[in-house]
Amino acid sequence: MNIIENFDLYAPRLVDKKEYVSPGHRACQGCGEVLALRLMCKALGPDVVIANATGCMEIISSMYPYTAWEVPWIHVAFENAASLGSGVEAGLKALRRKKKIPDRDIKTVAVAGDGGTMDIGLQALSGAMERGHDMLFVCLDNEAYMNTGIQRSSGTPMGAATTTSPSGKVSMGQQTWKKNVTEIMVAHGVPYVATASPSYPLDFMNKVKKAMKVKGPAYIHCHTVCPTGWRSASEITIKLGRLVVETGMFPLYEVEDGKYRMTVEVDELRPIEDYLKPQGRFRHLTPDQIEMIQERIYQEYNKLLDKVNGLHAWSDLKYDWGLFE
Amino acid sequence: MAKRVGMEVAIAAAEAVGLCNIDVAAVYPITPQSHMAEHLSELVADGRIDAEFITVESEHSSISAVAGASATGARAYTATSSQGLMYMHEILPIVSAMRLPVAMGIANRAVSGPLNILNDHSDIMPQRDCGWIALFVENGQEAVDLTIQSFKIAEHPDIMLPCCVNIDGFQLTHMVEPIEFPDQKLVNKFLPPRKPYATLHPDKPVSMGTFAMSDIFPEAMKAKDEALKSSKKTILKIWDEWEKLFGRRYRPVETYRADDADILLMTMGSMGETAEIAVDELREKGVSVGLIKLRLWRPFPFEEFKAAVRKAKTLIVTDRAVSFGGPGGPVSTEVRSALYDENERPAIYSYIIGLGGRDVAVTDFVTIVEEAAQAGEKRTVKDYEFYGVRG
Amino acid sequence: MKKRKWPEAWHEMSPGCIVFAPANAREYHTGSWKAQRPEWDDSKCIKCGICYIFCPEGCITQGEDGFFRADLNYCKGCGICSHECWPGAIMMVEEG
Repeated sequence: MNIIENFDLYAPRLVDKKEYVSPGHRACQGCGEVLALRLMCKALGPDVVIANATGCMEIISSMYPYTAWEVPWIHVAFENAASLGSGVEAGLKALRRKKKIPDRDIKTVAVAGDGGTMDIGLQALSGAMERGHDMLFVCLDNEAYMNTGIQRSSGTPMGAATTTSPSGKVSMGQQTWKKNVTEIMVAHGVPYVATASPSYPLDFMNKVKKAMKVKGPAYIHCHTVCPTGWRSASEITIKLGRLVVETGMFPLYEVEDGKYRMTVEVDELRPIEDYLKPQGRFRHLTPDQIEMIQERIYQEYNKLLDKVNGLHAWSDLKYDWGLFE
Repeated sequence: MAKRVGMEVAIAAAEAVGLCNIDVAAVYPITPQSHMAEHLSELVADGRIDAEFITVESEHSSISAVAGASATGARAYTATSSQGLMYMHEILPIVSAMRLPVAMGIANRAVSGPLNILNDHSDIMPQRDCGWIALFVENGQEAVDLTIQSFKIAEHPDIMLPCCVNIDGFQLTHMVEPIEFPDQKLVNKFLPPRKPYATLHPDKPVSMGTFAMSDIFPEAMKAKDEALKSSKKTILKIWDEWEKLFGRRYRPVETYRADDADILLMTMGSMGETAEIAVDELREKGVSVGLIKLRLWRPFPFEEFKAAVRKAKTLIVTDRAVSFGGPGGPVSTEVRSALYDENERPAIYSYIIGLGGRDVAVTDFVTIVEEAAQAGEKRTVKDYEFYGVRG
Repeated sequence: MKKRKWPEAWHEMSPGCIVFAPANAREYHTGSWKAQRPEWDDSKCIKCGICYIFCPEGCITQGEDGFFRADLNYCKGCGICSHECWPGAIMMVEEG
């Protein structure tokens, strides 16, 4: 049994009871991504419009003539969740200003997977964030192009076996480290950027609520467990989500106005093996390879701690502190 | 009676958009459309139109953004050319399948390979099968008129399909032409605020862009085809309405001195005006020639076209694009297909002219017609010919 | 459940494949997917709601008495609720 610190035991009962993504959707048993979607929608409430990219979440929820959505929802293609969302945001803004729709805040939320955010969708995301639309972009990262058959993406962690980066005689699986799109978003000057995991539901939902309040762009990168693609048992989905945070592989933090803050403190990082062992996609890794991954994790984690401890909020930096003597 | 002004056609088209009370425009600049994008953003910056102008980072994003805006119930516009249109290509069939009434201006320009920024129709031809309504204009006045009409056509409850207006890049967009701008009050009467079929709003949640398995996909495709085919009768009604309000008449197939002609010349786009002068010259010389100009490209106006060519013995189709390795010019291909089952049909000549901005002069049309007239029964051109190409 | 007319003819389809009935996916009972189902031992349950919050289907609800149950019409038997339950009040039982 795992004792989860920083978790208010009875808080789940205070959460909005309504299911905005209804049961009857076609996600796999134990899908972490649809859980993230469900929790995100509870935090968002009914006054949203969701612009969804092609991917697992779109497919499992919208097979004509059915929809699992209780909120307005639109899907067009794979790489344009951010530009579709930009158009939705601009449309709602213009219609509200011209009094063609009621004068009420409606949040535009663009949702895409790791493919639709980090790879094919990166251009649209960058453009939308730079233009400063009042839009929340949520990346549901299950670390591969799962819906099309588990092909690798730039979100696939080093060493993971996917169908286009399989482990073999001369390959260890994915050769490169996970692309840090969260940092790319901070570099765009996005006022609120955060990482999240549905295994820490209240942390996730609080971040969504905070992001909603931003009158401008916001970005949340949500790590979601995929038992089908990761070859893990469906019942340990939540546990794996906790392990990825406790081992430091996916730290949960937020960057508000440039100020970094860890939102889930981990006193001592667990060895990465604890996270890798239950997943079939890492089964082929040798101890040397695991050691290399462990070192890289320490490095990335320390990079983050450097930022948490060293960087100021952007608004604090407006003054001439005589820094440039 | 409204005032006539001399204005560059691209700017006039943007002014026309400005008369239409749009809510959102998302435009990515590309030569020769760029003046349209620039002028539209000036109209927004000066507060002359109340719209959101999204400076998107690519054409793919511009079409996605206007699709999203249209889905919320906003009136949305975009414009592009050539490579931009090819970049949008992925999304075009989706916009028409989702029945979003997006209006688009296209400044026709050659598609790359090799790069060429000048006029031809090779950018719009690959979009034939996308399910969009496509209109062609011949001069600045038509560019303005059809741009305003495109919103009404797209948004009409019996149509609900995206509509594009094709304006020849440089050959037309960069010409200063005399334009009579319709009066804003009359435009408001012609084009009332949009009443969307469905919108993205939490008060009445819908899901747009669901996916279809093979048990229903063919039905969805038939529904789309029927929608496009049946849009023609509504387009004709809208053109009737336009004539009553503004006095100018538009038809799917325009004819010029074609009633008694043995030889018919066929054009699409701005070269129609050049062809008219050629027809006059040839008539002076006693050649029995007339001109038909295709204005409505999609849905293809089979009835009107067949009626226009019924009495001709020869039909010379001039294309500004080519389908490589295929039957030649796209327009001539569709024309042949349209006439195949007719008992009486003219001999069809197919010329590819004016590619990549190569000038099409009156003498070119005269030469083409005289060649066909002299050949008479003996056809000299097999399948199709690249006119004026050296070697 | 209203009987849906399926498959539709082309003219019966919703234009643009727009679905106007929110969350009509409830008509599809994913409960047939499961190989095992959760069973609650109310004597051990502390009514914390963790099973409810971690269910990917969103099919676990709290009853009048405060105890939780999965709607077996939708439960896919993933076992998350059972695995996460603190006091071990949920057992996964093989479907017959």
